[in-house]
Amino acid sequence: MTPELLSLSNAPGMFVAVMLVKILAVFGVVMLMIAYATWVERKLIGHMQTRLGPTMTGPCGLLQPIADGLKLFFKEDIIPAQASKLSFVLAPMMMVVPALVTVAIIPFGRDITLLGYIIPMQIADLNVGVLFILAMAGLGVYGVVLAGWSSNSKYALLGGIRSTAQVISYELAAGMVIVAIFMLSGTLSMRGLVEAQQGPLWGITSLPAWIHNWYIFSQPLAFGIFVICSLAEINRTPFDLPEAETELVSGFATEYSSMKYALFFMAEYANMIVLSAVISTLFLGGWDGPFWGALNLFIKVVGFMMFFMWIRATWPRVRYDQLMFLGWKIFIPLAMLNIVVTALLILL
Amino acid sequence: MEILFFLFVAFVAVGSGVFVVTCKNPVNSAIALVNTFFCLATCYVMLDAPFMAAIQLIVYAGAIMVLIIFVIMLLNIGTVDVVKSSHAVAGGALMSVLVAVQVLYMLNRGEVANIEGPMTESAILEFGHTELLARSLFTEFLLPFELTAILLLVAIVGAIVLAKRDV
Repeated sequence: MTPELLSLSNAPGMFVAVMLVKILAVFGVVMLMIAYATWVERKLIGHMQTRLGPTMTGPCGLLQPIADGLKLFFKEDIIPAQASKLSFVLAPMMMVVPALVTVAIIPFGRDITLLGYIIPMQIADLNVGVLFILAMAGLGVYGVVLAGWSSNSKYALLGGIRSTAQVISYELAAGMVIVAIFMLSGTLSMRGLVEAQQGPLWGITSLPAWIHNWYIFSQPLAFGIFVICSLAEINRTPFDLPEAETELVSGFATEYSSMKYALFFMAEYANMIVLSAVISTLFLGGWDGPFWGALNLFIKVVGFMMFFMWIRATWPRVRYDQLMFLGWKIFIPLAMLNIVVTALLILL
Repeated sequence: MEILFFLFVAFVAVGSGVFVVTCKNPVNSAIALVNTFFCLATCYVMLDAPFMAAIQLIVYAGAIMVLIIFVIMLLNIGTVDVVKSSHAVAGGALMSVLVAVQVLYMLNRGEVANIEGPMTESAILEFGHTELLARSLFTEFLLPFELTAILLLVAIVGAIVLAKRDV
């Protein structure tokens, strides 16, 4: 019997069980990565600035994330009297959920065959994969907007407005830049994108077999623009204007405390992980590489996150007009140019 | 199972639709409208149209609603007590009854349902929804597509001209 794709119709019980295992595993890994990303960030930036970072809790401060979590959990939860209660409570959740939902479409390994069924190592293979990511990124904006508005504080409102303008401008450039990727791959599904990147580079078979057709080689410009746009979309340095400490206290999160504040941090790190995984899948072949599938993806994601932290340790913040200038007058024309050049090269 | 899920989604969609109209705070209305859009996107997915669902979320929920909330926030519209006039209520009730009758008539007598076209369910499963849509958009309906593009460009230029008094 040739193995067939496991689906709800041919083996319902097994399908549900496998799905639950996959969802729990991915969720667990992402949650652990979020917790320890805070530790890595503090350690890494500490050492880059000739400090030590956390050292007291556990060996090398390894228990610091747990201590931080417990501290935030037991803090008093304050809702400002002038705040709009519903939106104030809703906002942090509306930031976390889209980030975590996006993880569902990241493929993290080669298909495995179990009991005569093919099990894809991906929670859901959507026909419109990449558009789903853009849609979820669009929904993530609401968290920031609502947090800024509902706090009823001028710092929070300014942070929220800045963030919205920033995310909308850079989403446009990011969306246009990945059009070139679709033109090369001919598919929108993340699974299809990984498969398309496994052939020899540019179809030249005389190159060594370990060089794969990763789109970073064909689309270096798109890669650069997409990485910078991702930085802007997740409000990281040098684009962290929405929470610019020196001018806005802590931006949209100013009025938040306790677990709601922790949720904003979780959302930030979850977004970082998701975008690193998306960049790895779009440009670096996803789980393709020398090691076991999921390990390759893990290495790439950790690499990107360390890169983001490195930037945070070394770069100053850009000014607001520079940010808008970069997004609208440089990235969008460059993205269009990239589409035209790619189309011409495909036609030739 | 699927019909239960549909009923749930439809119930939430109609419920948030009612909230859009009845909420006193305009921002809460806007959030309820986003929820309605999300439910509509879920319905599109159930109709084997994932591309439509993604576009619905990106364009309506992701862009247009954010702009609307932006405007509400910047104009700082607080809670307003809507002055209810009996004329308005009566007119609204009349219109909604008319629309309901029309929709029911079209669903039962008209040719809205069960139209057989080239875009059948099996074709969608074979080629993919996005590919089919692109094929008909860029071959059969190329002229309307390009005309729409020009229309949108004109609208954008017009908006900029209106916003900047002296160009």
